[in-house]
Amino acid sequence: MNKKIICHNASLGYEDGIVTEDLDFTINSGDYLCILGENGSGKSTLIKALLGLKKPVSGEIIWDGFTSREIGYLPQQTPVQRDFPASVREIVLSGCLARCGLRPFYNKADKKLAENNMKQLHIEDLAGKCYRELSGGQQQRVLLARALCATSEMLLLDEPVTGLDPKAQSDLYELISGLNKKGITIIMVSHDIGASLKYASHILHIAKKQLFYGTTADYINSQTGRNFIETEDGFYV
Amino acid sequence: MFEKLQYYFSFPLVGYALTVALLVSLCASLLGVTLVLKRFSFIGDGLSHVAFGAMAVATVTGLSNQMIIILPITVISAVLILRTSRNTRIRGDASTAMISVGALATGYMLINLFSKSANVAGDVCSTLFGSTSILTLDRKEVLLCTGLSVIVLLVFVLFYNKIFAVTFDENFSKATGINADLYNLIIAVITAMIIVLAMSLVGSLLISALIIFPSITAMRVFRSFRSVIVCSAIISVVCAGSGFIVSLLCETPVGATIVTADIVVFFIFSAVAGIKK
Repeated sequence: MNKKIICHNASLGYEDGIVTEDLDFTINSGDYLCILGENGSGKSTLIKALLGLKKPVSGEIIWDGFTSREIGYLPQQTPVQRDFPASVREIVLSGCLARCGLRPFYNKADKKLAENNMKQLHIEDLAGKCYRELSGGQQQRVLLARALCATSEMLLLDEPVTGLDPKAQSDLYELISGLNKKGITIIMVSHDIGASLKYASHILHIAKKQLFYGTTADYINSQTGRNFIETEDGFYV
Repeated sequence: MFEKLQYYFSFPLVGYALTVALLVSLCASLLGVTLVLKRFSFIGDGLSHVAFGAMAVATVTGLSNQMIIILPITVISAVLILRTSRNTRIRGDASTAMISVGALATGYMLINLFSKSANVAGDVCSTLFGSTSILTLDRKEVLLCTGLSVIVLLVFVLFYNKIFAVTFDENFSKATGINADLYNLIIAVITAMIIVLAMSLVGSLLISALIIFPSITAMRVFRSFRSVIVCSAIISVVCAGSGFIVSLLCETPVGATIVTADIVVFFIFSAVAGIKK
């Protein structure tokens, strides 16, 4: 059966009020979805809702065929992490924790999985290094490897290229695109319109409410898309 | 010097006290790493003041086993402080400060009003700084202390990987289906237990030092979570042992001597880290 996430007329928000509403879309497995929108449009809130950390105020988000074990999440970095004393191996392994359940320690399969994911992202030679001494791009790859330990199905990425230099940005995009081609569903929050149009199969554009949902090709031809592309990145079209 | 030590250790009470000192500092240093990294150091500090207030209440009631009152009150406060520090409407640091100074003031007032002891100032001083009370522990208290320490150690070892994950990245842990709130609760409860244990050793004002110094010291030099934890445990046990012996030889207060040893090691490690760079 084809796995999908169905977001049905959902409104999201906090106690103080609605952040974003009228969300109505379906993510099929294998998609590469980019969520676009300006700051404060509700992108981070939507990520929380997709992860199941926040219930919609109204409407519903249905996980058709998924369990939470199958989501890998690449959060924005917190100040705590920037000076955290931990080796790359320790961090990547911690992605296996959800597989452990009540088992208190990692087993051989967990360690093997962590090794494989480090190889896949070309960070196996960093395994013993300290996380806080890595470059921004390397840190993101470590967190990506951790996310892959938690899932073989779907990755949720929250502005993954923030703070990276252009070379590291395009490397990371290529890596993510490669993972998508291997069948992993990608959901990425981004305000990098150029890269989104280049890599994504679907676009969701929100600004307090849903402005557009559909394929990338349709988005470029839509009124919303044209307006946004012109203001954000005039040279692209 | 050696003979003097031999003389002291011929009393079983001194041996008990050393055992308790080593166990308590080991537990405190293990959890300290997590508390410091989670920016929860202030919770340890707040809880130690609550434990002082609870001790005052226990003294006033005149119960022979004060743990029955101190332990539950401190554990409940730990849970409450953890809850409020997550509540965005009340500032976490302000509410912790309120709880801690409130407990300190109420405790001191209760002791002054109701204590039957002739030497109130001395009692308060030893509760705050743990000056002599560690040498007056009896067998039953040592057994209780050992039991609680073993529980703390077991919980820490069994949940080591989960504690790491929740400390490093709470959002990721939650997203992958780990019950982060439960582990935060476990951390808070064992913190409270350690603070109650440590009160007889270093007194309630100096407990934070046992929690914070070894982990900060270890982080100066070591770069992986496991090595920081192991190093922090070793530093803490060595400082507790040497501080204890120095305090016997020089007749200085036990708690303050141990903490001073921790401070000295901190500066040594900082210097080493400076040279390495």
